[in-house]
Amino acid sequence: MSARHLLGIAELEVADIERLLRLTDSFVEVGRRRMPKVPALQGRTVTWLFYESSTRTRLSFEQAAKRLSADTLNFSVPTSSVNKGESLRDTVATIEAMGVDAIVVRHASSGVPHQVARWVSGSVINAGDGWHEHPTQALLDCYTIRDHLGGLDGLHIAIVGDINHSRVARSDVWAFTKLGAEVTLVAPPTLLPPSVEGWPVRVDHDLDAVLPTVDVVYLLRMQRERMLEALLPSLREYTACYGLTRRRVDLLRDKAIVMHPGPMNRGVEIAADVADLPRSVVIDQVRNGVAVRMAVLYDLLGSGADLSRDLPGRDAR
Amino acid sequence: MKTIAIRGGEVVDATGSRRADVLVEDGRIAAVVPEGEGRDLVADVTLDAGGCVVAPGLVDLHTHLRQPGAEEAETIETGARAAVLGGFTCVLAMPNTTPAIDSAGVAREVLELGRAACCDVRTSAAITVGRAGEQLTPMAELAALGVRLFTDDGTGVQDGRLMRRALEYASALGVVLAQHCEDAVLSGGGAMNEGAWSSRLGLPGQPAEAEEVMVMRDVALARMTGGRVHFQHLSTRRSLELVAAAKAEGLRVTCEVTPHHFTLTEACCASYDPVFKVNPPLRTDDDVAAVRAGLASGVVDCIATDHAPHTPEAKEQPFDQAPPGMLGLETALALALTHLDLPIAEVLALMSWRPAAIIGADDAHGGPIAEGRPANLCVVDPSATWTVDPDRLASRSRNTPYAGMRLTGRVRHTVVDGEAVVIDAEAQR
Amino acid sequence: MAERERRSTPPFGGVFVARTQVLDADDVRRAIWRMAHEVLERNHGLDDVVLVGLQTGGVTFAEAMAEALAKIDGEAPPLGTLDVAFHRDDIGLRPVLPSAVTEIPVDLTGRVVVLVDDVIFTGRTIRAALDAVHSYGRPRAVQLAVMVDRGHRELPIRPDFVGKNLPTRRDEVVNATLEGVEIGEMSKEHR
Repeated sequence: MSARHLLGIAELEVADIERLLRLTDSFVEVGRRRMPKVPALQGRTVTWLFYESSTRTRLSFEQAAKRLSADTLNFSVPTSSVNKGESLRDTVATIEAMGVDAIVVRHASSGVPHQVARWVSGSVINAGDGWHEHPTQALLDCYTIRDHLGGLDGLHIAIVGDINHSRVARSDVWAFTKLGAEVTLVAPPTLLPPSVEGWPVRVDHDLDAVLPTVDVVYLLRMQRERMLEALLPSLREYTACYGLTRRRVDLLRDKAIVMHPGPMNRGVEIAADVADLPRSVVIDQVRNGVAVRMAVLYDLLGSGADLSRDLPGRDAR
Repeated sequence: MKTIAIRGGEVVDATGSRRADVLVEDGRIAAVVPEGEGRDLVADVTLDAGGCVVAPGLVDLHTHLRQPGAEEAETIETGARAAVLGGFTCVLAMPNTTPAIDSAGVAREVLELGRAACCDVRTSAAITVGRAGEQLTPMAELAALGVRLFTDDGTGVQDGRLMRRALEYASALGVVLAQHCEDAVLSGGGAMNEGAWSSRLGLPGQPAEAEEVMVMRDVALARMTGGRVHFQHLSTRRSLELVAAAKAEGLRVTCEVTPHHFTLTEACCASYDPVFKVNPPLRTDDDVAAVRAGLASGVVDCIATDHAPHTPEAKEQPFDQAPPGMLGLETALALALTHLDLPIAEVLALMSWRPAAIIGADDAHGGPIAEGRPANLCVVDPSATWTVDPDRLASRSRNTPYAGMRLTGRVRHTVVDGEAVVIDAEAQR
Repeated sequence: MAERERRSTPPFGGVFVARTQVLDADDVRRAIWRMAHEVLERNHGLDDVVLVGLQTGGVTFAEAMAEALAKIDGEAPPLGTLDVAFHRDDIGLRPVLPSAVTEIPVDLTGRVVVLVDDVIFTGRTIRAALDAVHSYGRPRAVQLAVMVDRGHRELPIRPDFVGKNLPTRRDEVVNATLEGVEIGEMSKEHR
């Protein structure tokens, strides 16, 4: 990686993404071993700074770090001094003083990982910030697509749902298009960003028309509070227009796959029986998440990409 | 009181410019001696104005001094010091303090503290009690204390009927109502300008229309009531077009813009550094061009700083949670001189005599530099370059977006009420 | 990781310039045959033997040895490849990226694993390989076959089967392929 941090897909070069996916291949193999653990990050410490509840991303990162033999420090926000009014900066300074090599940050506000990155000498990994980006999700999505369909170049991918409030969409749009896929955003106008100027995407409002042309349909989680903000009349109407129902699945090409970042609202954006079809690869996404996060941790902390760390003079800091 | 001689400069005021020395005695200008008359001024203090412009002191219609209530960010004393270093001899305190300046008691406290400060501190007062937008403040009582401008700044008056009544009531008092134009429902808590950048960054945006609909409404109310409306910190092309049309129609409206709205764009927010969070937000390149054009064409009446100090702790919060606002007093003149393609006399008009006239401060500030006038002056070296260093600012806060930027034009001396409060860019008290 | 490749990785690298050819393709083929016979002899046949080529330089030698064993014994042993990148002791000091995905076709528990590499030098790659092998089970024994032993060991590791003992200077570089073995050095000039 050209930088010390993984803050977003938008800043990555295609070569960075491709290297991470290749590295993921090796870590998928590690995961299949009788002892799925390597000593690569022995002596390195990774900590979590999760200001927003997240079970799967956190567990996935924790599993990744442990399989790399890194030490992990759990900073549990609900029981910590954060609730006593400690500022983000003080919290970060405290953690860094304990000696950590990487901080994995999840926050409800966009841009927090960028702020943290300005304050620390170690690596910062964005595990989801507000509506902005969720880069490891995008990497595992790319990996899963590549695994099922051979590659992304030339594919047509529809991302369906609440694009504007989705960090997953903001990361996936960049990751998919950088790897050569065409992306169509499908959503009611109220759930699209105010402007998609400069986004390498097409926009459509007719899911039935888009489905027969795609290789991947990527469904986003629909949140109930959107009804209160006058963005949608009702969940029922959303499901009727944008939900992946059994009838709509039949519009898909034979090889097309269905993806979802989880957790799914069965019966809202995805029908219950659709979620369990063989073409739904949601469980593969979760499984690949561990290997992708191992690749990211290894790339930042273990591959020696940041050679200056070990060069003389660095300690004078 | 010490006498002061300002020698070797070019005197510039609303009447024109000429090379002259200026003698200050007992708080007033005692003599203006044109170059070549050969009279040698004798004074206790001699200020070198070689290569400089000697101008009426600057007047800021939009200063958040944070006292009472947020003295950790700024006090009237530190804010006034920042002001004089920036060439201002008069600042108008905004009322969004804690408690708000909405009663004679709080206004008196601010004015009292201001008397000990190193520049002329005047105060605005809120239009509504607690700036809550529900009940009018005792405007007549406040006007009797010298308040000439009322505003709920920090928020706009949302209720159109209440704004109408405020304009009608104020018209009998000879005061001006100033509006922070923002339809709070439409702006919806947006942390930056809504558009391509907010979409990309995943930050909640506030649309330009949230500002423009309130400008539109208040133009209509100015027409309806015949009242005086001053539009604060306008930031969009269409806002300025609306004001231009209202002026063409003969309505009694004026407006101000801030240095950050003619120097910075929404693209700055890509760093997610809350130092770039301000309200109204930094807008597009096109809006910046429109603000500059408005300054050149005269649609904009004055430059105001919207000096808004915040502590580092406040500005180290996540972007969407950090309070909006940036420092302005110590950089405003240099930004105007560096980034506006205007003659210095025009910049001084926008920062001195025109704002002075809007709040009736022209009895003491912004007037011609002539014998007998109150001695509120600034001496500006238009070619001096300097680098903005947050740690060297006099403000108690550090939230300048211009850290590290090189600017051209620096205040060398400032004289307030006959006292040299800044000499060679150093505050004297 | 093959020695040549590792040494040519920036910022240490350059371009390999051959100076002397030590073995030609026939010599190499004969050495592989000899080592194949030694493997058979030592293990009394091929029961439980698994060949594991180390990425990348050892893989072609492991394949060649498997072919030789098949011709001698009639049946080829299971053949795997191993990339030891994640087990190296210089992680964080230089770029250590796996060059290929590891493939171990069988559980190694109870097996005799014959690691195959092109050149043994400091012994650190083999230490990493010994560590990695244990992720795939607990072998009964691990043996090591190398085409070239060039000395300069930094760890107490010794190969069981050697194609050629080749005294070298530390700063020399050995390039071993099926086409032959050459001694040379890294030119600092990048072309």
